[in-house]
Amino acid sequence: MTTKAKELIAVAAILIFSLIFYLGKTFGWEPTEFSTAVSLLVVILLLASLLWILVLTLQGKLIGRRVVFLYVGIAVAMPLFMKLSQEMPVSPAVQGVYDAVTELEPGSKVLIACDYDPPTAPELQPMAETFIRICFQRDLKIIIMGIWPQGPQQANLALEKILAEPDIAAKNLQYGIDYVNLGFQAGNEFVIQRMGGSFKSMFRTDYGGIPYDELPLVRNVKNFSNIDYCFNLSSGFPGTVEWVQIAVDRYDVELGAGNTAVQAPTVYPYLSSGQLTGLLGGMSGAAEFERAADARVKGTKYMLSQSVSHIVVIAFVLIGNVAFIMSGRKSALKG
Amino acid sequence: MEAAFEHFRLWLAAFLTLGIFSFLYKDNPWYKLSEAIFVGISAGYWFVVLFWDNFFGKFWVGAGDYTMQWLASVFTGGESPSAEGVDLMLWIGAILGFLMLLRLIPKIGWLSRWPLAFIVGATAGLWLINYIASNVMVQVQATMVPLFSTVFGAGFDAGSGVIIGGLVIFLGTFSGLVYFFFSKAHTGAFGTTARVGVFFLMITFGASFGYTVMSRMSLLIGRIDYLLGDWLGMIK
Repeated sequence: MTTKAKELIAVAAILIFSLIFYLGKTFGWEPTEFSTAVSLLVVILLLASLLWILVLTLQGKLIGRRVVFLYVGIAVAMPLFMKLSQEMPVSPAVQGVYDAVTELEPGSKVLIACDYDPPTAPELQPMAETFIRICFQRDLKIIIMGIWPQGPQQANLALEKILAEPDIAAKNLQYGIDYVNLGFQAGNEFVIQRMGGSFKSMFRTDYGGIPYDELPLVRNVKNFSNIDYCFNLSSGFPGTVEWVQIAVDRYDVELGAGNTAVQAPTVYPYLSSGQLTGLLGGMSGAAEFERAADARVKGTKYMLSQSVSHIVVIAFVLIGNVAFIMSGRKSALKG
Repeated sequence: MEAAFEHFRLWLAAFLTLGIFSFLYKDNPWYKLSEAIFVGISAGYWFVVLFWDNFFGKFWVGAGDYTMQWLASVFTGGESPSAEGVDLMLWIGAILGFLMLLRLIPKIGWLSRWPLAFIVGATAGLWLINYIASNVMVQVQATMVPLFSTVFGAGFDAGSGVIIGGLVIFLGTFSGLVYFFFSKAHTGAFGTTARVGVFFLMITFGASFGYTVMSRMSLLIGRIDYLLGDWLGMIK
């Protein structure tokens, strides 16, 4: 059989598999969940096979790069079926955000700046959802905005989800009174600077086109001096760095932040200097925040995949180094 | 109709996700198609966003529309439009933006340097103080912490964790600065200190790399969760 034929058969198999499960979902099949015993068995099998690959490598039989991709895929996918949950101790950086928001008086105004887009949603959306849930549970007023075009849309998805939760729905929260989405404003960091003078100059209408003055929640909000706490969700430029430089250092805003893991190391110095009240760094930050808020949902669920995939990556780094040493290239490089 | 569209949306997203993943096997037409669709839609999306939010939302609403109405009133002798909410300063930005496009005409392309000069000058002037304040002064202040006490003047009240942390910050900052001091040869005690600085830098890069791995894995988890959850309904 030719390679092309094998590839076509593989694609057809994936299509048939997908169709079966998609139709199953449509006809009401229940999602699969591994029991604790099966979950442990899967983890043990995964570790045993990694050990076997190490032995093969020691014997001089190297594996292809596609095997590494396959293992990473399995390490990410399998934990999503598992019942196991990972204990996440809450770090002081995460506790700082939680404490800052829970110490606010009911009715306090919280500004949520959503500066991210769908690609980074797996990390930042759980943070947004947990933060909004805490605010609503404590009767805080939420003002949402974004200097990334898709940020306010992501915030709307989070709002929709949290407002549908029974305890929040029971509060009968009203748009314009309890929460408002001012939408996106072009201009990058200059938007933050102009907001220091006047919010209205930057947001003449909200996300849906309602004029600023017709929104009771923000009608009397002139600038940052009327905001009790600010939380920035950021995945790049413009983001937390600009919020610190302008809102915090120039207008004395109390700021907490949730960042993608890539960005977090550049933002940590602002935490130790006291320019940030707290920081949620990447998916682990999201999971810790969920634990602090006692709401273990997406971030916590994803964290098991994160941990297992990290183990696999570390294992392959070790195996790769073993292969490197075994191949004698090290000595060759030294000449 | 809505349900059919929902099915189509789920399948299209899954098709494109799998298309991108297929590159892990090898470069192929499915991957190329997915990549081209992504690039094309991104370009189109950003063009629309920038047009409606910058050109229309800011310039046209803030100054352009008023100017056109005012010119019409001047030529037709009609009533002048209301100037409420109008900011004629936006014309400066519009003209500078237009000058930037002149790069497309080689003969007068040099005019595009003016808006660039404005951007560079204005940005440097505006952010110089911000950077010095936020990234230099406050960070230096945060680095100058007492080694053996929790706050200045509190005596020797710090626990072992605080003392070790303070020593690590001191040693890391000092040796890191020594490494970047190139006016003296890195030999002897100076060279040893610089080498310690290199270790601190390596640890920093390692931590940064670890975070990057976590971030990339998060993206993968998000897509796998979509495929197995939203699309196929295999997981909760």
